[in-house]
Amino acid sequence: MSDVTLINIKEEILAENKELAQQLRADLRARGVFLVNLMSSPGAGKTSLILKTLEHLRAAFRMAVIEGDVDSAVDAERVAREGFPAVQINTGGSCHLSAAMVAKGLERLPLDALDLLFLENIGNLICPAGSDTGAHLSVALVSVPEGDDKPLKYPLIFRTSHAFLVNKTDVKDRFDFQTGAFRERVRRLNPEAPVFEVSCKTGEGIGAWCEWLRERAEAGG
Amino acid sequence: MHELPVTRSILGIVLRHAEANGVQRVMAIDLSIGALSDLEAEWIQSYFDHLSRGTPAEGAALRVKRSPLTFRCEPCAAEFTATREELASARCPGCRSRDVSVIAGTGYTVESMEVQS
Repeated sequence: MSDVTLINIKEEILAENKELAQQLRADLRARGVFLVNLMSSPGAGKTSLILKTLEHLRAAFRMAVIEGDVDSAVDAERVAREGFPAVQINTGGSCHLSAAMVAKGLERLPLDALDLLFLENIGNLICPAGSDTGAHLSVALVSVPEGDDKPLKYPLIFRTSHAFLVNKTDVKDRFDFQTGAFRERVRRLNPEAPVFEVSCKTGEGIGAWCEWLRERAEAGG
Repeated sequence: MHELPVTRSILGIVLRHAEANGVQRVMAIDLSIGALSDLEAEWIQSYFDHLSRGTPAEGAALRVKRSPLTFRCEPCAAEFTATREELASARCPGCRSRDVSVIAGTGYTVESMEVQS
């Protein structure tokens, strides 16, 4: 055997995903579909928020949902019961949705009959933050019982998302969640991003969130 | 937490370069992982050991270097580094602006590899 030599590579590991995501974003834009990636921890209320948003924006857009889950189709079933097209992607253990998985989900949707498409990512604040899905807008949801320190613990997702929601405001007086502290922590990481306080239970705040989303979707970015 | 797909990508890149260079054995691989990434080097190595069995990269040691979190100041365009802990309070050392964007420190790169051909 010959001597050991060094080969320079300098190749980004996720380059392939990034390229595919950019391609998806451009293709969807050309077809007039606005894709929203929704991320949160398990149980923060992603599916409930999607259902509330679908209900609120029913007259404004033709909408559908791609549900990502490690296993099961319970979320897609909930959406389909409301009369919206829903596709379930099971990642089989993977902790986030990659652009390739999203591309497979898109194949099963009537894209020419859609304006607004929601992507419910895997419940997890770490992995989805590092992987481009091809969405035009990334939104992170936290809920009151989780606490106001999430931006300190998971800074990446708070840097890479475009807007934030605090769900379950109806139980605020039972928990120590300090909205002012949360907003300040978000502002330090992401000064431009808006924060919406909502309750999917009572419907409080859903109107303001939906109005903002409608404007973004109509502007296409 | 998503070490498995990342490790699969690393192996794919390594084997592609090994084949293109007529490499018989990969001894070591240098990786650069951003300071803001939550990847664990030990997990990457154990997944790699498993996935690389029967390939020229079997037994290769992964050497991980953490690449610093790098910011660009939007008003004055200065670039500077900070630790993960300083992320939330990052300010431009020149003009003290808080309007700064992360430009490096979140990705993963295969830098180089040591081989026998």
